[in-house]
Amino acid sequence: MAAHSAHPPGFAHQFETVAQQREAGTLGMWVFLVTEILFFGGMFTSYIIYRSLHLHSFIQGSHELIVKFGATNTAVLIFSSLTMALAIRTAQVGKSKGQIIFWLILTMILGAAFIAIKLRYEWYRDYVEGLIPGVSWLDGGTHTPGVKMFMCFYFFMTGLHALHMVVGLGILTVLVIMTARNKFSSQYYAPLEISGLYWHFVDIVWIFLFPLLYLIGGRYPGS
Amino acid sequence: MSTATADLHDAPAEPGVNYLNASYGIRSWLLTLDHKRIGLLYLAAITFMFLVGGVAAVMVRMHLIEPQGALFEPETYNKMFTTHGIMMVFFFLIPSIPATLGNFLIPLMIGARDVAFPKLNLMSWYVFMIGASLAVFGTLAGGVDTGWTFYPPYSAAYSHTNVAVVALGIFIAGFSSILTGLNFIVTIHKMRAPGMTWFRLPLFIWGMYATSLIFVLGTPVIAITIFLLGLERILHVGIFDPAVGGDPLLFQHLFWFYSHPAVYIMILPGMGVISELVTAFARKKIFGYSFVAFSSLSIAVISFVVWGHHMFVTGQSIYAGLVFSVLSYLVAIPSAVKVFNWTATLYRGSVSYEAPMLYALGFIGLFTIGGLTGLFLASLATDVHLNGTYFIVAHFHYVMVGGAVMAYLGGIHYWWPKITGRLYPDIWARIAAAIIFVGFNLTFFPQFMLGYLGMPRRYAVYPAEFQVLNVLSSAGASILGIGYVIPLVYLIWSMRYGPVASSNPWKAKGLEWTIPSPPPTENFAEIPIVTEDAYNYPVADAHAYPDAPGVARV
Repeated sequence: MAAHSAHPPGFAHQFETVAQQREAGTLGMWVFLVTEILFFGGMFTSYIIYRSLHLHSFIQGSHELIVKFGATNTAVLIFSSLTMALAIRTAQVGKSKGQIIFWLILTMILGAAFIAIKLRYEWYRDYVEGLIPGVSWLDGGTHTPGVKMFMCFYFFMTGLHALHMVVGLGILTVLVIMTARNKFSSQYYAPLEISGLYWHFVDIVWIFLFPLLYLIGGRYPGS
Repeated sequence: MSTATADLHDAPAEPGVNYLNASYGIRSWLLTLDHKRIGLLYLAAITFMFLVGGVAAVMVRMHLIEPQGALFEPETYNKMFTTHGIMMVFFFLIPSIPATLGNFLIPLMIGARDVAFPKLNLMSWYVFMIGASLAVFGTLAGGVDTGWTFYPPYSAAYSHTNVAVVALGIFIAGFSSILTGLNFIVTIHKMRAPGMTWFRLPLFIWGMYATSLIFVLGTPVIAITIFLLGLERILHVGIFDPAVGGDPLLFQHLFWFYSHPAVYIMILPGMGVISELVTAFARKKIFGYSFVAFSSLSIAVISFVVWGHHMFVTGQSIYAGLVFSVLSYLVAIPSAVKVFNWTATLYRGSVSYEAPMLYALGFIGLFTIGGLTGLFLASLATDVHLNGTYFIVAHFHYVMVGGAVMAYLGGIHYWWPKITGRLYPDIWARIAAAIIFVGFNLTFFPQFMLGYLGMPRRYAVYPAEFQVLNVLSSAGASILGIGYVIPLVYLIWSMRYGPVASSNPWKAKGLEWTIPSPPPTENFAEIPIVTEDAYNYPVADAHAYPDAPGVARV
């Protein structure tokens, strides 16, 4: 796989042209994201079916969540998608590597902030209050089995999402190192673009999770 | 072998450097990025898994010689048939043709140097090995007794066997399928040689493309389902357990949303192989190329909307049952298109009967029986009688063993000279193919009768009146077992002692036959430019039948 001196950086031997490699990488990421949609889709489907079967319990469970932290995290993630897009744009127009790294690190900070808020103000509080089924569940008799199931799904879904965030932070770290080593230019920035697709996807998953878990179901008058 | 004279006409492969001797040592194999070597790594791995599943199958059949059970306690019997199902479905049939022949052949057939993502390809093998190791470990350390379907609440709350470990193994191996499917889709889209248009692709590639679609769309759903089941089991929380408000039927819906399309993961690559074999040994262009190609895609698409036919008697709505029944019938259309088109290809062809062709003809006959008995099960009323009986066991073994395994063996034989650069003894291969055909039918045809008479599957004991048919079935299984061992012996023998193969021992069409056997690491010295359709065989009787289908366009 070593790049020959005659070839542009990052060019792999199995391809005939740089354009072919770039198209293959992009298509590969899109196919992967389709897989991811089906992966989350199985869980979303189960959630929606159980929500309709145990509507009152799921509404009761939803009221255990704190909307202001979910909303803050939504804003944080949307902003991180913007900074990710700016990192790609910066590379595309051939700006200095310092500027690319700036936007990448800002994206990482925002991603880490999301996880930090989730851990400190939501999951830790749930742990203290005994809202984590199977780990710390203090059932004072007020909760129906449906509430426990809601909390199960809440942790499975947000946990799986957070896992994807951690993977995304790992990818961003690699991108920062690659940028620092001058791997990218306005001619070649495909890894940035492909990783950006992933980052935006993880963002969009949260955009669906937030209303499904926090917002719908009688929390606000008239809804 | 019968093509020995034909070999004289083309030059034997250059005794040069190829992918097998380009580098030596265990490291060069375990760290290889060459799609051909990765295909062979998979071949070794799934052959081992086939043996594990096969031993379990032999145990099951030996046990059922006696009405009261000849060998095991019922609990052990449950573990035996579960081991057989899990090993064969998840670790042999699903990866079989795609991961071995698919990996080896896709770049060769489309004129590429490798798959699009070679590192991902190697990673998928390691992921598979981790999953397979966990499954084998869980089996040896006590086994699982839930059946390969893992239905809750038994699997989630009551079984005291290694459900979690084996389920984790299946979960992990699923990602290997996803990575393989992703790699193949991108490779087929983006790596085709100049002139290799979509409708010049060999039909094997269309089969692999349809299979890959199911890999990437279906596998994540079973992954998340098993994940939920595992969490329920480990954390003792309620997802599928009705005692805490869960719905076991939801598990079945999600399970079959993947596992029914998975049936087509097993058969679609086989159909692709058969299209190659039938054209090569009838020396004719396929009849109705685009119909065969699109039937693969339509099978893949329809496969995602028929899962409910596994649940006719579970209490799902009768209206859902009606819809699923009608949709299931639809699968018969593209399947029949394929069978008719293969048969039409044989018509007026110069058919010869080398070993791969024997497997192909066996496939066509056995798959037809397997497919037609599927219609009995897609019909609501007959399914109520036949569901959960040996009729179902016989039906899916006709499709999976009579279909998928026959095609796999036919493909392995057909491309063996290309893979190893050696010829195997054709007479032994023909004998083995005949033994497998006889043994297979003797094993599974009595099971149709047993099922129709009402013998339920998955029981360790049965009424004495069923003994004759059960003994016949067990006798067939031992013949089938011998039939599988013979190719294992002579194929391994041929790798060292077989006659050296030419680049195109079958005189077949296709880019893979234009390069030396075994191919060099980079496959093609120069990327070929494709100027003709697939299967462009010279037509001997073109003057006699100028308008006959399959005659090359002038």
